[in-house]
Amino acid sequence: MNNIKVHLDNLNIHFGKTHAVKDISMDFPENSVTAIIGPSGCGKSTMLRSLNRMHDLVPSARVSGKVLLDSDDVYGRGIDPVAIRRRVGMVFQKPNPFPAMSIYDNVVAGYKLNSRMVRSEADEIVESCLKRVALWDEVKDRLKANAMTLSGGQQQRLCIARTIAVKPEVILMDEPASALDPISTLKIEELIEELKERYTIIIVTHNMQQAARVSDYTAFLYMGDLIECGETKKIFTTPEQKQTEDYITGRFG
Amino acid sequence: MPATQTTAPPGPADKRISGDLIFRLVTTVFAFSILIILALMLAEMTSESLPAIRQFGRKFLTSSEWDAVQGNFGALPYLYGSVISSVLALALATPLSIGAAIFITEICPKKVGTWIAPLVELLAAIPSVIYGLWGVLVMAPWLQSTVQPFLIEHFGFLPFFQGAPYGVSMLAAVFILMIMVVPIITSITREVLLTVPLSQKEAAIALGATHWETIRMAVLPYGRSGILGAAILGLGRAVGETMAVTMVIGNSPQISLSLMSPAYTMPSVIANEFAEATSKLHSAALMEIGLILLLVTLVINALARLLIWSVTRSAGGGAA
Repeated sequence: MNNIKVHLDNLNIHFGKTHAVKDISMDFPENSVTAIIGPSGCGKSTMLRSLNRMHDLVPSARVSGKVLLDSDDVYGRGIDPVAIRRRVGMVFQKPNPFPAMSIYDNVVAGYKLNSRMVRSEADEIVESCLKRVALWDEVKDRLKANAMTLSGGQQQRLCIARTIAVKPEVILMDEPASALDPISTLKIEELIEELKERYTIIIVTHNMQQAARVSDYTAFLYMGDLIECGETKKIFTTPEQKQTEDYITGRFG
Repeated sequence: MPATQTTAPPGPADKRISGDLIFRLVTTVFAFSILIILALMLAEMTSESLPAIRQFGRKFLTSSEWDAVQGNFGALPYLYGSVISSVLALALATPLSIGAAIFITEICPKKVGTWIAPLVELLAAIPSVIYGLWGVLVMAPWLQSTVQPFLIEHFGFLPFFQGAPYGVSMLAAVFILMIMVVPIITSITREVLLTVPLSQKEAAIALGATHWETIRMAVLPYGRSGILGAAILGLGRAVGETMAVTMVIGNSPQISLSLMSPAYTMPSVIANEFAEATSKLHSAALMEIGLILLLVTLVINALARLLIWSVTRSAGGGAA
């Protein structure tokens, strides 16, 4: 097992009176892909979004317990959520490029926030990020075109490029391929495989085959509880819990 | 509609169809009467202003002579006064309104926002004569005693701030118009900003954007054409505003670069002179000013609606 990149310690998340994530403790190893699976409403997206403090936007959300990024307490006193989000990037379910910007500007949008943009450096970042998401050849002749002219799959890869341009350590993916066609999905999955060499990836997915294909580790959540987590191979072949087995064999959920 | 005819049950069907028919006819007539009124108004104004159009032709727009006794009429000072006062008011009001709208939608707690928003719209409902009264009794004296002397003393080297402080002036008109258009621009901008999807804000936040950076990167660009539309709608209101401006602008048909001097606008001259326009040419000239004003506001409004519509129409708002 690699080093632990993200560590959860008794994580609890409430929305008002709803207890969405219950007392979860687990580890996410560095440079690997961890999939979080479970039926709809089981709290997997909620848990994912707590890792880069996206719940800060929701007034009724309450997070307790510990989230450690390396050894830094994500919810610790004096920790700037903005700094955390620069280390923990996120890709969403629906591709959400900035519609008022060109392809080029979308890629450097986050980079521009962090540092004074130097033109030559930005050019380099755009090229390398787009190459890494295998979009460069498709768009290199129209970098100034509006991002909305791309197809859905291309838009999602653009969003991944935009995320890695910020040089995060961890990338959270919230069902990144669920809005895409099978071929685009395949491309995203291949991309995830390559990205894990540099980043720690945590992916929420509805699709068990996808979890089995792309992940090294899998966590199964049900009704806000962590039922089981471990190596993907083991979870999908010899799960320890009956509930896990029922879910992955399609008996419920 | 054919659908109602085919689905109407037998029996009282005839009655129902005729009821529907009458209802349709009545509403159609009502709807078209609005367009007919507009068309009639345009036709009437054009025919009424024909004597002036024939007499002065294009010179009407370029001449600044306005002499009812000699029968010489040129609309340039009024056109100038209207354009400058409206554009400057808009330039001041737009940033203010965008800031207020951002505060209401993005910054203050939701509960406070739902209180402020209707209050802002209430400001738009205050009769303009009240703004005018306040302008002439409170604001103009204050401008005359405090603001204008300050501007003249410190910025008097600029042509815009030269001359004597009169109080009633172009500056007063600009300020009063600014106050009057802020509520409109704010409430429309607020509605535009409310259409920005959460996914856009989340995209920026997840990239490590601060609150302000999120607004700058995701919220404002997404709503930009709608905000532009809001500003243009405010311009339309400012161009057409009559009462308050007439009360504070000084009503002097001159073209001066200085904001300290009194000026005149198109609506003001109509309001001030229609009663004493005894000669046919004089009333025709006023009519022609009215016609120009009507066309200008129509164009401005159409443009604004088009821009706002391009944002609020459901799909892919900000892409336009």
